[in-house]
Amino acid sequence: MGFGGPIDRGELIGLAGRGGPRRSRRRVPPGEAVRSTVTALVSTVVVFGLIVVVVTSAPNWPEVQKAFFDGAIFARSLPKLIDAFGTNVALFLIAEAFILGLGLVIAIFRGLPGPVFFPVRLLATVYVDLFRAVPGILIIYLLGFGIPGLGIAGVPNDVFFWGVVALVLVYSAYVSEVYRAGIESVHWSQEAAARSLGLNRLQALRYVIVPQAVRRVIPPLLNDFIGLQKDTVLVSVIGLVEIFREGQILKSATFNFTPLLAIALIFVVITIPLARLTDWLVARDRGSQLGGAR
Amino acid sequence: MTRPALHLEGVHKSFGALEVLRGIDLEVAEHEVVCLIGSSGSGKSTLLRCINLLEPIDAGRIVVEGDEITARGVDVNRIRRRIGIVFQAFNLFPHMSVLANVTLAPRKVLGLSRDEAEARATELLERFGLADKRLAYPDRLSGGQQQRVAIVRALAMQPDLILLDEVTSALDPELVAEVLNVIRELAAGGMTMIIATHEMGFARDIANRVCFLDAGQILEEGPPAEMFSAPREERTRQFLQRVIDAGRL
Repeated sequence: MGFGGPIDRGELIGLAGRGGPRRSRRRVPPGEAVRSTVTALVSTVVVFGLIVVVVTSAPNWPEVQKAFFDGAIFARSLPKLIDAFGTNVALFLIAEAFILGLGLVIAIFRGLPGPVFFPVRLLATVYVDLFRAVPGILIIYLLGFGIPGLGIAGVPNDVFFWGVVALVLVYSAYVSEVYRAGIESVHWSQEAAARSLGLNRLQALRYVIVPQAVRRVIPPLLNDFIGLQKDTVLVSVIGLVEIFREGQILKSATFNFTPLLAIALIFVVITIPLARLTDWLVARDRGSQLGGAR
Repeated sequence: MTRPALHLEGVHKSFGALEVLRGIDLEVAEHEVVCLIGSSGSGKSTLLRCINLLEPIDAGRIVVEGDEITARGVDVNRIRRRIGIVFQAFNLFPHMSVLANVTLAPRKVLGLSRDEAEARATELLERFGLADKRLAYPDRLSGGQQQRVAIVRALAMQPDLILLDEVTSALDPELVAEVLNVIRELAAGGMTMIIATHEMGFARDIANRVCFLDAGQILEEGPPAEMFSAPREERTRQFLQRVIDAGRL
């Protein structure tokens, strides 16, 4: 049922900064708002200005500048890097589709009650423990080199394929925990209501529990999706030419690190909108707790 | 005498060391309205949840229309279709419209087509003054409206028996009447009901029989006129006196 009153949430958790205590954000007088903005602007300029001064006055700054911030090399490598980034996009889009499915299945397996399902629960738990414990880069190595190395007829030896498989296995373990938290956050009375109408356990999950759970965990799911985007560069270790491998090739060709900086920039550009979307969804959820059937 | 709609025999239920139901025997005839009264923790809600098989019982038998539903190997989902339950906290599905709340079980459990289910739901919603709310979501409804939707949702399964678990306890006082009127209408229509309630005036009006639960047993039962004016048991008298002192009777 939420707090309807005009209480600033910042105050509730002791963050009464802007506007001072006992004052709602909406009622900040215009003069004070301008003053806050100016203060924020000035302090930002001072802090960043200081950082720039400290870095550029370092004894070896000219060398570093040449090695990392070469405009000409940047311009030359950017198109090639963007081209190679297509492989990363394909990796994370294909992987994410499978992760969202597999993660949910594992979360449901872990929640199946009763002694009959003990082996299923056990398997799911072992899976999650294992794939969260082992560093992703090792899984990529082991699958990418190990399985094709077995030489079994019909098993693909394509590095892109094994890259996707490894990412799916690692991230499904994380995502299943996110789903599980969501499922457990739906109050048991919802399941009671569904079951009392004659729906079986699977129907109750499908129509009542999971839709509410998924809505609640969209922000953390997006968070994991951002992690996945970045981790696609790990697949470079088994020889897939994607953005990081392409960057290393360019680095070796130019004896310059600027291509790596360009890669960082590309990831920032695609990640920030997604991060803001996540923030917005969290804020919206807090505003209207649609899943508020306690 | 016809076969009883519901027959309970020696029903026991414990949660860990806590014995909540200590041998309940109860018979409910078709079209009968039975009210369960008693203080909080006396086992009213647990009894209703056991009849609906939401809680497995430890000992005893529950027989609905001649079928023992507590027997081994019974399909509990089939039983629950025949027994509707309405909860104190409504428990509507918050991510679904009123119409979707009411049509979900008829479609997925009874296999009705969308059109059939919606026709049935619309008719019921109209009957209880909720037609204009069919596309609203639960968080846009008042408590009284939500509870009426919950009753309609149970009715849409066309159950033989409806269990009402303190359905007005979570409502603001001015919203209680609209829900009680719905229940009165159901009683007038011949619906068999077991009602756990703290609304003693309502119980006196509507019940054919009132059962006083105390510490997991039915201590005393009888027609409301007798129960409320001349209770035999000391514990019943004490309970009713407390209710009167609180101005609730």
